[in-house]
Parts: sequence; C-alpha cells; structure tokens
Amino acid sequence: MRSERPVGVPAWIFVPAALGGALVLLPLAGMLSRVEWGDFWSLVSSDSALTALSLSLRTSAASTVLCLVLGVPMALVLARTRFPGQGVVRSLVLLPLVLPPVVGGIALLYTFGRRGLLGGQLDALGVQVAFSTTAVVLAQTFVSLPFLVVSLEGALRSAGSRYETVAASLGARPTTVFRRVTLPLVLPGLVSGAVLSFARALGEFGATITFAGSLEGTTRTLPLFIYNLRVTDPDAAVAMSLVLVVVAVLVIAAARPGRSTT
Amino acid sequence: MKKLLVPLALALVLPFAACGSDDSDGGGSDTTLTVYAAASLTSTFEKIADEFEAAHDGVEVKLSFGGSSDLVTQIQEGAPADVFASADTANMDKLVDADLTGADPQDFATNTLEIATPPDNPAGIASFQDLAKDGVDLVVCAPEVPCGAATQTMADKLGLTLHPVSEEESVTDVLAKVTSGEADAGVVYVTDVTAAGDAVNGVTFPESGKVVNTYPIAPVADSKNADLADEFIQMVVGDTGQQILGDAGFGQP
Repeated sequence: MRSERPVGVPAWIFVPAALGGALVLLPLAGMLSRVEWGDFWSLVSSDSALTALSLSLRTSAASTVLCLVLGVPMALVLARTRFPGQGVVRSLVLLPLVLPPVVGGIALLYTFGRRGLLGGQLDALGVQVAFSTTAVVLAQTFVSLPFLVVSLEGALRSAGSRYETVAASLGARPTTVFRRVTLPLVLPGLVSGAVLSFARALGEFGATITFAGSLEGTTRTLPLFIYNLRVTDPDAAVAMSLVLVVVAVLVIAAARPGRSTT
Repeated sequence: MKKLLVPLALALVLPFAACGSDDSDGGGSDTTLTVYAAASLTSTFEKIADEFEAAHDGVEVKLSFGGSSDLVTQIQEGAPADVFASADTANMDKLVDADLTGADPQDFATNTLEIATPPDNPAGIASFQDLAKDGVDLVVCAPEVPCGAATQTMADKLGLTLHPVSEEESVTDVLAKVTSGEADAGVVYVTDVTAAGDAVNGVTFPESGKVVNTYPIAPVADSKNADLADEFIQMVVGDTGQQILGDAGFGQP
C-alpha cells in the first residue's frame, strides 16, 4: 500500500540542517549589517570600481567562451568514447576543482611565465603572458573549465545515446549528429555548466593574483579590487562585495532551470 | 532578528572555540602571549619569541603575521592580541585613535627601500631612476600598503613616474614575482632582500635614506597579560631584540 504522504525525515535532522543553513547565510547577514546604505551608490560607482567590474565581466565572458570551445569537446570525449586510462584522465581534468587556486596560479606561472615551460617559445613569438589580461583569462579558464566539463558530461550520460544512434542509422554524419541531436539534447546542462563556469571565473582570486598580478584596468578584477580596497576603504570593500553577492545570486538563479529533472 | 541569529551563531562557533582552547592548553604552558606583527617581522619576531620563551618558564608566545592594516582590522574586530607591532606609524595610529593601545607606542626599528632583481638582473637595473625606463617590468606594492606608500613617496621625491606592470598587496608578493623571474625588478625593503638570500639580487641606491619606514610596537588595551606584554616589548626595544633586528638588516629608530 502506498502512502499519500511523502516519507518524513527524522525531526532531529532539522537541527544540523538549520545550523548548516545558518553557516552559509549568517556571514551574508553579517556583511549586510556593515553596508553603508547612504553611500552605497557612490561607493560602487567610483571609476576604479567600474573599471574592475568591467574587467571582471569581460574576462569572465572570455574565459566562459574558452571553456565552451575546449570543454564541450572534452565532455564529449569523456562521455561518448572509451580509451585506456580514461578514468585517470577524467580525474586529472577535474584537478583544478579541488586544487587551491594559488597552487593553480603557481602551476600556470611555471608553464606560461617568462621562465616557464612555454615561456621561451612564447617569448620568441613576442607574446608576454604574465601581467596581462590574457593571464587573467587563462587563470579563470583553468579554474572554471572543470565546472563545464562535469555538468556537460553528466548531462550527456543521463541523456544517453539512443537518439544519436537513430540519427546515425538514418545516415547523419557524426558532425551533423553532434550539431542537430546531441547539442540540443544537452542544452540545459550546457547552459548551466556555462553559467557555473562564468560564476567561478568571476570569483577567481588566488590564481589571478599569483599568476597575473594586480594592476587597475589590466589585471585587477573585482575580487582583487575588493582585496586591495579593504585596506584603505572597508566601506567600499563591503559595498563591492555586495555587488558580487548579487551577481552570484543572479547566476545561481540563471543556472537552476538547467539542473531541473527533465 | 538578532535574538534568533545570536544563539544560532553561538551554536555554530562554540564547539570549535572549545577545540581551540583545548589545543593551547594541551601544550603544558600556563600562559599564552599573543603577538600580532607585520609580515616583514616574521623571521626576527620568531627569534625574539624563542628568546622570550626561554627566559619565561611556562609562557608560550603565539605569533600572528600579516599585513599591518589587516592586523589592525582584526584587533578592532576583537582579535585576542596582547601586543601589536606595525610596519608603519599610520596603522599604529589607527589603533591609537581607536583607544585600543594599552600604552604609548614605542618605535623599535626602521627599514628603508631596496630594489630586488632576479639574480642575473636581466634589465640591468643599477639605480632607482632605471626603474622608470621603458621596457622594464617593474612590480611594486600597491600605494595602499606601507611598502607601496614608501615607493610612491620615493618616486615623488626623485621626480619620477613609475609604470609598474603590477601593484601587489604585500612585499612578499612583490618578492615572489621577482624570484620567479616574471618581473625585472621589484621595490621592497632592505630586510626582504637580506632574507631572500641568493634568490634575488639587491640593488641599493643612494637616495634610499630619503624615505624611512618606522616600526612602532604597543600593548593592546585590555590585554589579560599586560605585564607579560610589557616585558615582551622591553625585549624587542632592548639589547636582545635590537641585536636580532640589526642582524636582519633593520635600522635603529
């Protein structure tokens, strides 16, 4: 006999659940309590604040595009093909997800830096990555790529390959199948993955400050700007932090529909 | 709102607070003296703390290093510091203005600027003026932090406009960009060049005496160990402390 009511959870479970919720929400309340609402608008619309915001949005957009260009093929290879060592490759691809960003920054420095692994070749091409906006985008892409790959690989696996098999049996070439069947099928997963990547790029701090440095208009993104600002102008730092929180909330709201059970 | 939030917050924090005090009690020490000191004092204050512990049975010195302004903020927010040693007078003044010092600050050291380059000095930096040359990848501290303010003042006094490729948050960040070879030159303190050893090449310049950073130290108001805090400060300004600081390249106030 099936009960109409859903199975309840033990009453005590609400206590740790509420504590967990409080752990996430209380610091936000603490920050809100320090916002100087009277000056809020002038604080967040200063020239250097807008420069940092604009740099953050532009670099995050660029790194999201890079994530799509590189991450979609990666997810496809991981979800739809089999090759020896695939499990190891998957784990390694996810490494930036669990790596402290500052370690990622050091790794990038010794790869793309002037004395890094590729530094000599890049130098010969006349490209200097360190201290440039390119370095910011590289750092952001490094840390946010796994978000896209994970979301999309999951979507690809749960979608299955039945429709792709049918399309192929009807004579569609692999590229056509990918474009007309696979992509539309996993579009929600792709969108939420891209949004998460964008959010992670927007919040990137450790790898950026280690690898790219901090210069207004070139490498000082919003998180670096806030870190810098808290020294001299804590009120402005709190106001800018709130801006980032709002952007993050909007991003989560945008990413949610893609994760619904369809 | 607060009626609900406060118990929740306490419920979250108290278990960890209990763990924390267990740890410090476990060491067998009777008293803990907590010293907040500027990051540039790391190696010297570790040595002074060892000397202090050797001279005071049952006393453990806990050191917390960071940017001076960060430390001031933490103390203003109630961090349990007994002593505060700042890398500049501006940050100590903030604490004095907030009535958070237990006694008048005493100056205990000075520091001047020096240029650090990678060991092979790829840009051939020989003077402070060279830093303003085209094509030099220069890294400095942001003007908001003491070393950056000093760099800015120096450039102003010499009538130079610097075009750094990066303005870092601390001297150690500047040094890291130099030791990794990313930057051609960085402006740091004399003591940082001494501490970095062979990892960097130091370039002294005759005008360095024009900008002198003074380090003040003071007990924090309401310290539970006011007497010990005072004794620690006496050690820093006394022969033992001055010897250690002098060895590291600090000047006398």
